[in-house]
Amino acid sequence: MINDSINIKAQTEVFDVVIVGSGAGGGMAAYTLSRAGVKVCVLEAGQNFDPADPKNITQLKWPYESPRRGASTTRPFGDFDAAYGGWDIDGQPYTRKSGTTFDWFRSQMVGGRTNHWGRISLRFGPDDFKRASIDGLGDDWPIGYDDMKPYYDRVEKLIGVFGTNEGLRNDPDGQFLPPPKPRLHELMIMKANKKIGIPTYPSRMAMLTQKINDERGKCFYCGQCGRACMAYADFSSSSVLIKPALATGNTTLITHAMAREVVTDPTTGLATGVSYVNTLNLQEYTVKGKVVVLAASAGETARLLLNSKSSRFSHGLANSSGVVGKYLNDSTGASRSGIIPALFDRKRYNEDGVGGMHIYTPWWLDNKKLDFPRGYHIEYGGGMGMPGYGFGWGIEGMNGKAEFSKNGKAKAAGGYGSSLKEDYARYYGASIGMSGRGEPVVREDNYCEIDPNTVDKYGIPVLRFHYKWSDYEIKQAKHMQDTFEEIIHAMGGIPNGKKPGPETNYGLAEPGKIIHEVGTARMGNDPKTSVLNSNCQAHDVKNLFVADAAPFVSQGDKNATLTILALSLRTSEYILDQRKKGNI
Amino acid sequence: MKRRDYLKNLGLSSLGLAVLSPDVQAADALDFHSPPKTASGELKIPGGRTKDEAERDARLRAEVFLNAHELKTITILSDIIFPADATSGSASQAGTTEFIEFIVKDKPELKTPVRGGLGWLDAESKKRFGKVFTDITAKQRIEIVDDIAYPEKAKPELSQGVSFFNLMRNLTATGFFTSKIGIEYLGYQGNKPNEWEGVPADVLKQYGLSYDA
Repeated sequence: MINDSINIKAQTEVFDVVIVGSGAGGGMAAYTLSRAGVKVCVLEAGQNFDPADPKNITQLKWPYESPRRGASTTRPFGDFDAAYGGWDIDGQPYTRKSGTTFDWFRSQMVGGRTNHWGRISLRFGPDDFKRASIDGLGDDWPIGYDDMKPYYDRVEKLIGVFGTNEGLRNDPDGQFLPPPKPRLHELMIMKANKKIGIPTYPSRMAMLTQKINDERGKCFYCGQCGRACMAYADFSSSSVLIKPALATGNTTLITHAMAREVVTDPTTGLATGVSYVNTLNLQEYTVKGKVVVLAASAGETARLLLNSKSSRFSHGLANSSGVVGKYLNDSTGASRSGIIPALFDRKRYNEDGVGGMHIYTPWWLDNKKLDFPRGYHIEYGGGMGMPGYGFGWGIEGMNGKAEFSKNGKAKAAGGYGSSLKEDYARYYGASIGMSGRGEPVVREDNYCEIDPNTVDKYGIPVLRFHYKWSDYEIKQAKHMQDTFEEIIHAMGGIPNGKKPGPETNYGLAEPGKIIHEVGTARMGNDPKTSVLNSNCQAHDVKNLFVADAAPFVSQGDKNATLTILALSLRTSEYILDQRKKGNI
Repeated sequence: MKRRDYLKNLGLSSLGLAVLSPDVQAADALDFHSPPKTASGELKIPGGRTKDEAERDARLRAEVFLNAHELKTITILSDIIFPADATSGSASQAGTTEFIEFIVKDKPELKTPVRGGLGWLDAESKKRFGKVFTDITAKQRIEIVDDIAYPEKAKPELSQGVSFFNLMRNLTATGFFTSKIGIEYLGYQGNKPNEWEGVPADVLKQYGLSYDA
């Protein structure tokens, strides 16, 4: 059942579980619990979204179907991207402290950010749960890879992930569908990497290269997963988790419901439900539940907890440790691109493939021999993609170079006319790009808190961020830049622009820009230094759970989503177990 | 002026494409302003857009920024950048004038560089030939363009003209290569359901690569 407005101020129904958020974590909780017969209510701040609904479809549209040719004016990743929201949402500000920077990306829609995500699905390895034991920095997770492995196995089978088993210790084997073959530039990258000792493997991503059930189609290789797939051939929480959760008849989904706080019983201290603002009529409602699961994203979950103040919980809910909001961290990121002259004037054919890379490089070095403690993986881009806004921009910086010309003789840069037109066609599909995505060292003083002076348009106090990179991350970014140039040169390519140096922290992206924020309600065995126990249950409130990336103790050099899904599945089954035992 | 007043200017190029005069292009770009409405007069929300986005797009379409003279100048410049030739239609045939008309409103930071650049061009044209750019001969136009189209060779005193022409080249290229005509010229083969079976054998051979390595 989907509701976008509720006509009564307080719902009389008491749900078994109220879940805030419908992204990877909330979707998995709704799916797991409702299929087990539990009555679930999901609150979603945004509108409904079904990638197969013509109202929502942008897949297979041409750039000229957008008056701005897909420019990023209204959506940060362009008109066709399946994220409603972005780093700035009108009327929903956030602030920053002490001159630091954090950019917070929110998708307010059913399925959240899973509708547009890169689908890169990497398991955390054994080391990723125990970094403190290895290098003495940060903290270990209260669980290890062996605890998570069965859940990773089941999640991969459920959502469909392609890849290959390579027997890598910290990049564990999985339940993989066959990967797509590398594209031409990817074969060239593999060849160059082999020469310089950088391993390259088929990527691991959540698209169906084979049909896995009757509800979802097989990938048809349009390369547009960021637009969300009308055949449900890529994993989105909206289509793969929420849709079947609704089909059980046990799930009530309330859209346009911006959660304000978790309501608690002053006597027992237990959660009794969640109050929210209906964003269409600005009225306040409360939905009651025996258990509350927060899965609103690391930022929103911390905000909800901190805003859920009462005489009993004066520092916010589940925050007797004072740790809520702290240990916030985003992946590090740095990029570089280059031109490969061998690819000039290449033969045209359709190489859209899946949406994103067919190959990747997991972290391959030993940090003990380097001047930074944590690793990164490399994502690769390139190919003859569909043109969009920005195509051809800056050709005057390229077509005057001798190595770019057909006959080896430099022509005058810039120009006009048919010969200029030929230059664009000659360079098309000859660019490659690389992005490093790495693990930062978690710090207590990277945090979000409630801004004492600012509320959003719903009257809900907003988050204020305080975040700084340390030398560890900056040195890691320097290493990324050295590696990228080495790869481009090994391919016989020409790096674009000036190599990012110390003046830009080696191109290290501002915190939040990689959209992997985790850690604001971390797990741990000690209630004094953590918010949640090893089952993602609040130490202070036994019927309150967190199922997004807030429980993460560290980031890993992996993308967060697969681990959010596996952890949410594990937490959901723990909730079922505890319900059966009568403990909650 | 109404579009039908220009229909007499319609001709056919060697490619069989309609050749529209700069005036027609300018009028078309201005015609573009009325947003789509439903029968009841409400704003029609196109597939793939949210309500907020559709409303913003409608507001932008209704806004008039560049005037007919400016759009005519843009059309002439775009068609100097990409004239119709044996391989494709021209920039304006591909719809670059309409695109530029819209994008300067969508990205207001482009408004002053475009309007100001057009003003610079008319001033330069009047200085040299006593008339604005649209009223000088094709040969005279190329004389000015040649002086601002090559950043590394241009005289320092024309640097503002160079910046403007770079912007026009970039906007025209983006508008052209994201159009039907431009995509066809470029040879992009995708955006359709297919089966990816790897790099074609002849291409693998050309690059000395294989899947067995």
